[in-house]
Amino acid sequence: MRTPEQIAQECEDITLDTRFEKVRAWRERTGGKACGHLPIYVPREIIEAAGMLPVGVAGGGDQVEIIRGDAYFQSYICQIPRSVIEMGLNERLDCLDGMIFPATCDVIRNLSGMWKILFPDRYVAYLDLPHNHEPEIGGKFYAHELRRIAKGLGERTGVEPTDERLLEALARHDDNRTLVEELYDLRAERPHAVPTSELYVVLRAGFQLPVEEHNAVLAEYIEAAKRSDRQPLDQARVVVVGTFCEQPPLGLLKTLERAGCYIVDDDLLVAARFLRGRVLEGQNGGSPWDLLARAWFDRGLNVPSRYVPGEKKGEWLVRMCRERHAEGVIFCAPSFCDPALLEQPMLQNALDAAGIAHTNLRYAENTAQFGAIHEQSGTFADSIKLWSQT
Amino acid sequence: MSDEARDIPKEPSMLRQKELVGGYFDRLSRAREDGKKVVYTFVPGNLTELLAAFDVIPVLPEINALQSGIRKKSGAYVLEAEKLGHSEDVCTYVKSDIGMLRTGVGPTGQPIPEPDLLLLSYTGCYTFMKWFELLKEQFPRAEIAMLHIPYQGDGEITEDMKKYVSDQMRNEVIPKLEKLTGTKYDEDKLRSHLELSAKAEDDLVWVWESAKNHPSPIDGYFGGVFYIGPIFTAFRGTQAGVDYYRLLRDEVEQRVATKEGPITPVGQLNEQRYRIVVEGPPNWTSFRDFWSMFAAEGAVCVASTYTRVGGLYDQGFRHDPTRPLETLGEYCMGCYTNLELPLRSKLIAKYVKEYDADGFICHSVKSCNSFSAGQLLILRDVERQTGVPGGFVESDLVDPRYFSPANIKNRLESYFQMLEQKRAGGARAREARP
Ligand code: SF4
Ligand code: SF4
Repeated sequence: MRTPEQIAQECEDITLDTRFEKVRAWRERTGGKACGHLPIYVPREIIEAAGMLPVGVAGGGDQVEIIRGDAYFQSYICQIPRSVIEMGLNERLDCLDGMIFPATCDVIRNLSGMWKILFPDRYVAYLDLPHNHEPEIGGKFYAHELRRIAKGLGERTGVEPTDERLLEALARHDDNRTLVEELYDLRAERPHAVPTSELYVVLRAGFQLPVEEHNAVLAEYIEAAKRSDRQPLDQARVVVVGTFCEQPPLGLLKTLERAGCYIVDDDLLVAARFLRGRVLEGQNGGSPWDLLARAWFDRGLNVPSRYVPGEKKGEWLVRMCRERHAEGVIFCAPSFCDPALLEQPMLQNALDAAGIAHTNLRYAENTAQFGAIHEQSGTFADSIKLWSQT
Repeated sequence: MSDEARDIPKEPSMLRQKELVGGYFDRLSRAREDGKKVVYTFVPGNLTELLAAFDVIPVLPEINALQSGIRKKSGAYVLEAEKLGHSEDVCTYVKSDIGMLRTGVGPTGQPIPEPDLLLLSYTGCYTFMKWFELLKEQFPRAEIAMLHIPYQGDGEITEDMKKYVSDQMRNEVIPKLEKLTGTKYDEDKLRSHLELSAKAEDDLVWVWESAKNHPSPIDGYFGGVFYIGPIFTAFRGTQAGVDYYRLLRDEVEQRVATKEGPITPVGQLNEQRYRIVVEGPPNWTSFRDFWSMFAAEGAVCVASTYTRVGGLYDQGFRHDPTRPLETLGEYCMGCYTNLELPLRSKLIAKYVKEYDADGFICHSVKSCNSFSAGQLLILRDVERQTGVPGGFVESDLVDPRYFSPANIKNRLESYFQMLEQKRAGGARAREARP
């Protein structure tokens, strides 16, 4: 029986492997094809329905040295597209037969066109995520988008993305969603037992593993964490937001924890848990494509790229803080990230109105120095604890 | 305080354009007294004709930001927004608008009424959505309508995309306008506005294409932004718009006949050394200086992509009164920034060839990821397609802190020198040929 540390270490190795060796091994073993997807959200089920392995491409972090990528982007553009281009040009992504770029922001959007110019022989799709929430309008449009892309992938594999195949994929991913939610609940309940630096790599390993394997890893980790005798510390309970696309380096998450914060919810790696609950639950019949499309509206996480009509900005964040008993929020956004940074003042207003403390950090995926972040988050954690005692 | 627009010598059409814009801001300031409803919406993919059919007045926040920039007010507005918690890293159009709204008056110093309806036409730029949400926070009483325009990710407008957009117009936008104004949607009225649009569009395309002449009678970038003003804003689909483009066309026709160039900040540019295509929006706070850097070198801009953000009329699109809602949808989806990158790159290459350009320059603005992300690859790709070398300069739209005159001037001078050397090399090679 492995310890949580052992499982997390294996997942960390996968997370830090920017040559995607797990994916390469899977391809060799099965003779199958793989398709990458950029943040923030692509329903991985459609890739599986078309017979491919979905692979999350979340940037090169601090493992990829940027040599050519900088020549493609001005200094005022965030880091993730540089490392993705770098990985593309130095063949780390040659194990991917296709790439899907979702409608996250104009950088990811334009990256889809760059990919077409740079890699003309690969399958490239732009997935337009709808902002009209009417089932008969936005729902239909989106379901069509999903079918279109699945068909395009299916042409590469020779697998027809049938309703049955999609239903099977949805069932596997429903299990994944349940396990991920269980992991998040466990962390909120016992943050000392599930450090975020571990939760993160356990989640991110799923970007390279087939979903059944990832489900097994999640279940094993949850059991191991429950059994662990890690003792609670007097740390501040915080929510971290702004990390939905370009990922903070692992060192940053460890720094926040060392500085006295228990992260009890976050928007890290949202592609891995974008839909809440089980999509197939209570559903009998109907098109699984429509079901998946509906889920975008009814079950989607609150992220800046998703328009929610009638939403009072930041209500969800206040709710999240209350449900998770969080004492403060750390806005942790990548530099030059328009979605995160334009959203932030609206979220801050909501927190101010609710009397919830917040602070504001900036990072890039290859940030290497954490001294200032340690100091700032430590001061924030101390002030929260002080405040709660008075 | 200097005003970038006032300092630029005017052609008669520019004076007329100024009158039109002035008249528009007057009307806007009187909207409440006149009992008119006010709709805030964005420029790319705007539904001007539909709004006119409901007799409401559009407010275009980007135009306010641009006008604030050209009047040198935006710097203070941007700082004000940053004080309110907006990041230094984000689009300065948004911050200029947020800062301006705090003052309660528009760029001309006249009051701007609050919106009765916020109509987000989400076209070609993600930031519009956040901007719109910020406006929602600012004006919680306004009605809301969202029109999501899908992106041409595969370089085409499919039937599904068309249906998605026209369904939204029928079920979301029109009912909201009906409710707002208490009037029924009148398709014939919309058709009549669309007819006027198409007329003005014909003349505008003629004007754009006049730059194929040697010398070019227009500057298709710096001068071009004056030319597009009316059609991109409240005057598309109006008789005033048609008259303006007729006047402009007559003026340009005369210059073609007399082989004269456009009026620029350094005088009339008849001796044109370099014909340049420009990609990216201009800088507004130092508009005159920026233009002078081109004109002083004898560079005339023969075509630009910025002047196509409000519609690719020269690629054949016209508003079609026989298909009123469908044509509006196609218009929205066809705007330049709604095109996938390979299409953008092909279009620039096409302009370089068709306008017989010596070079092309990307003006990359910090604010605008929609334009700027990927521009360095566009630069190489256009060079590959045309064999013409590209130049690259960086600044911003309305944040004066990012316009570094010495740096930009240096870069432009080096670029023009390089074109000169290339030209001399080509001439020598031709002479040396047996
Ligand atoms: S980090 Fe932000 S700006 Fe950069 S690609 Fe992601 S969402 Fe877009
Ligand atoms: S990002 Fe560009 S297109 Fe979007 S609002 Fe800003 S300037 Fe306009």
